[in-house]
Amino acid sequence: MMNYIWGGMMALSLIVSVFTGRVEQTAAAAVSGAGEAVDLTVSLLGIMCLWTGLSKIGEEAGLIRMISKALRPPLRFLFPKLDPDSKAFGSVVMNIVANLLGMGNAATPLGIKAVKHLDELNPRKGTATDEMCALVVLNTASLQLIPTTLISLRQSYGAASPGDVITPIWICEICALTVGIIMTKILSKRFKHF
Amino acid sequence: MEAVSIYSVPCFIFIFLMSGFIKKVDVYSCFVTGAKSGLQSAFNIIPSLIGLMAAIAMFRESGCLELLTRFISPLTDLIHMPAELVPLGFLRPVSGSASLAVVTDIFSNFGPDSVQGRIASIMMGSTETTFYTIAVYFGSAGIKNVRYTLFAALAADLTGIIMSVILVQFFGF
Repeated sequence: MMNYIWGGMMALSLIVSVFTGRVEQTAAAAVSGAGEAVDLTVSLLGIMCLWTGLSKIGEEAGLIRMISKALRPPLRFLFPKLDPDSKAFGSVVMNIVANLLGMGNAATPLGIKAVKHLDELNPRKGTATDEMCALVVLNTASLQLIPTTLISLRQSYGAASPGDVITPIWICEICALTVGIIMTKILSKRFKHF
Repeated sequence: MEAVSIYSVPCFIFIFLMSGFIKKVDVYSCFVTGAKSGLQSAFNIIPSLIGLMAAIAMFRESGCLELLTRFISPLTDLIHMPAELVPLGFLRPVSGSASLAVVTDIFSNFGPDSVQGRIASIMMGSTETTFYTIAVYFGSAGIKNVRYTLFAALAADLTGIIMSVILVQFFGF
């Protein structure tokens, strides 16, 4: 997919630049864009490392497991058919907690583990169960409480108060999540597992 | 509301540190190990970011972006969405680094506190790379029939995109 998007964008830009008479500027933009990418990475390097470093402390301390205990009851609502004492439910909760804490490095392996545990309970291999769909929809919605990369990007571009977007982001996340969950509940009846 | 944005980051740092102290983790060496892995992943995204930021800068400078925004603005005007945000809306579910590149481009052209910059921030922060997540999670378990996952996930993304515009344009965030 990225082949077409990236290649298409560049090719189209070059063709259009001939008609708009901006060939020179377009070529210059390629060079400056490439340079900006390096500047961007360097400016984000500090916060990325700070965050992965702190995450590692939480990971070693078992922070995910600690918080998971508190989040079990509300999550039972989302996975009503799942046995709360099963391995599968445990890894689902841990994946969600890791996402909330912004521990991306820990969240993905936990999520994969969760899907595999759910697959053990799957009577029809190769087809996703409702629980798997719900888990993946939760993961495709952003659950991250503090968008660290975004905040530092805002800071490096001189935002007056880089963190002031957190509240609207939470409102937005909750709306998106609600729609996602409602859609899974409605669609699961239309797309039967059997 | 303001307190949330001021205290959330220090609170998080405090929670991580405390969890380490409680469990008697070697916090400093742990931090260094973790930071090193962050360095690795930051360097890993450089090549794709270079390609994408070059392409996005070309797209803007060639006049393509202007053509696209002019073409699509009758539609986006309906929800008061600045047309410059359309590429972000399309790229966000597809690629994390591409959308980061678009947000950076918007910040450098309009500023992070402009209407465009704020909508871009909220959109970026409240949505995820849907296609990638679905591919990784289901691929790992060998699931081929994902049933309704994509529809539900894209409905959530669309809600996030529209809400980010509404929150800035009508609620003054």
